[in-house]
Amino acid sequence: MDIVNEILEKEQKKSEKYKSITVEKHLEVELDIGTLLASDTNDLDTKLLQSNKDDYLQSLTRDNTQLLLNKIWELPTERVDEAIVVKLPEPKTVLPRAKPCPKPKPLTKWQEFAKSKGITKKKKDKLQWDEQLQKWVPLYGFKKAAAEKEKNWLIEVPQNLDPMTDMFEKKASEKSEKVAKNELQRLKNIARARKVKIPRVGLPVTSDKASATQLDTAATIAKASTASLGKFQDKLPKEKEPRGKGIHELIPGKERKRKLPIPTPAQERENNLNMLDNILNKRPKIDMDKAVAKHIHDEQVNRSEEKKNTKPAKGKRNFKAKTKGGNPTNFTAKKPKAGKGQRNPAKKAGGRKRR
Amino acid sequence: MKVLSEERTRILFEKLTKYIGVNVKLLIDRPDGTYCFREKKDRVYYISERLLHLAQTVKPDNLIAAGTCFGKFTKTNKFRLHITALTYIAPYAPYKIWVKPSAEQQFLYGHHIIKSGLGRITENTPKHHGVVVYTMSDIPIGFGVASRTTAECRHADPLATIVFHQADVGEYIRSEDTLT
Repeated sequence: MDIVNEILEKEQKKSEKYKSITVEKHLEVELDIGTLLASDTNDLDTKLLQSNKDDYLQSLTRDNTQLLLNKIWELPTERVDEAIVVKLPEPKTVLPRAKPCPKPKPLTKWQEFAKSKGITKKKKDKLQWDEQLQKWVPLYGFKKAAAEKEKNWLIEVPQNLDPMTDMFEKKASEKSEKVAKNELQRLKNIARARKVKIPRVGLPVTSDKASATQLDTAATIAKASTASLGKFQDKLPKEKEPRGKGIHELIPGKERKRKLPIPTPAQERENNLNMLDNILNKRPKIDMDKAVAKHIHDEQVNRSEEKKNTKPAKGKRNFKAKTKGGNPTNFTAKKPKAGKGQRNPAKKAGGRKRR
Repeated sequence: MKVLSEERTRILFEKLTKYIGVNVKLLIDRPDGTYCFREKKDRVYYISERLLHLAQTVKPDNLIAAGTCFGKFTKTNKFRLHITALTYIAPYAPYKIWVKPSAEQQFLYGHHIIKSGLGRITENTPKHHGVVVYTMSDIPIGFGVASRTTAECRHADPLATIVFHQADVGEYIRSEDTLT
């Protein structure tokens, strides 16, 4: 019996040393095995917390940990290399992310345009059947250049070009230009995304010809680039004042004016009436049609007057004088008619009859 | 509602003087209160001062129009008169054209007026001057630009264009959504 008591005593001591694995709680502790999280929603014992803070918290933590481990032991266990292993289920609690959300990548100019127009990218096959070569040719990359070389072993020089132009060289330069343009646009997109200001003029032209707006801005700046900021610069006959957004910022010394205050009704009326007077008092332009008609009319009247005055007497016509490039006023537009002239009996028509 | 800039005011008045000459003064100088021109989204509105004050209580984003739309400025900064201005132009116009009943419909569908449709025309109408188009029963139905003077009209052949169409009351139906 001695031995039995001894063993029992030992066991009791042991059990006193190790606390029990069963924990009693008013409210059940919420457990999330996936993240090994136990959250205790029970009220704290305020008295104990004040008197014996450390011990109380320690015991509370032990109990809750015990509950967590109990739950873990309920899961199916495995033995891997002398160690007991448990596979944890998926975590239930959603953890907030440590870093802020990444911002969406700014769209490129083309992407923006495509989005507004509803253009979507079409997936193209990497390989395409080439009728001429009778084989599958990749769209780009490996073996594309070789296929291209095989296909374009001869390029015809068009009629409108110089027959000595090297079409291969031309093609290569076109391609390199395209690459350069793409690169420039890529850089512009980056600059736009980072909100870096890029100069409006002086950049290389992307196509072979500068656009109208590019030329316009360049001309505007060039005109204002004199010592007097273009004040005394001559204008072209039909040149217009540059208008548009941001044009004033381009011209030095012509920053945008401050907005004028809204005039009072009486003032505005006065201004409007003044402007109207200005418009109405403009010297009328010469009406060209009327002026021409008047001139023609005057000329006609003059001519008829002159004709009346210088009408020669009948029968006193001096034919010799007339033939010698004489009087232009005698000329009439009337068709010459037969039987109106007078015969000169003195003059004899000799010789043979002419028809 | 913006106040028109000096340049735009000049362009507007130049256009109006083409149609009603000196009478533009009567539009500004009215005995029944002050009237002014205001601009909203490139459209020009003729509005009384009293109504303007009331309109200013509306948030600019929510305000579509106030007053009578006279026309709009194009992207190239030219002014186009709209048919809505007819009520103010018709009573003051010095040069008028009356169209025959048979040609009325053609004009109301947006065609030019040809000589055969011409009923009556004011004496001494200059070339390229704005004219108001009336029916024979004296109802204004639109306006246009005279392509010939009165004297030239007499000798024109029947199919020659007399007036270039600018606006007609048919637009109230044809372009209902763009007129404000």
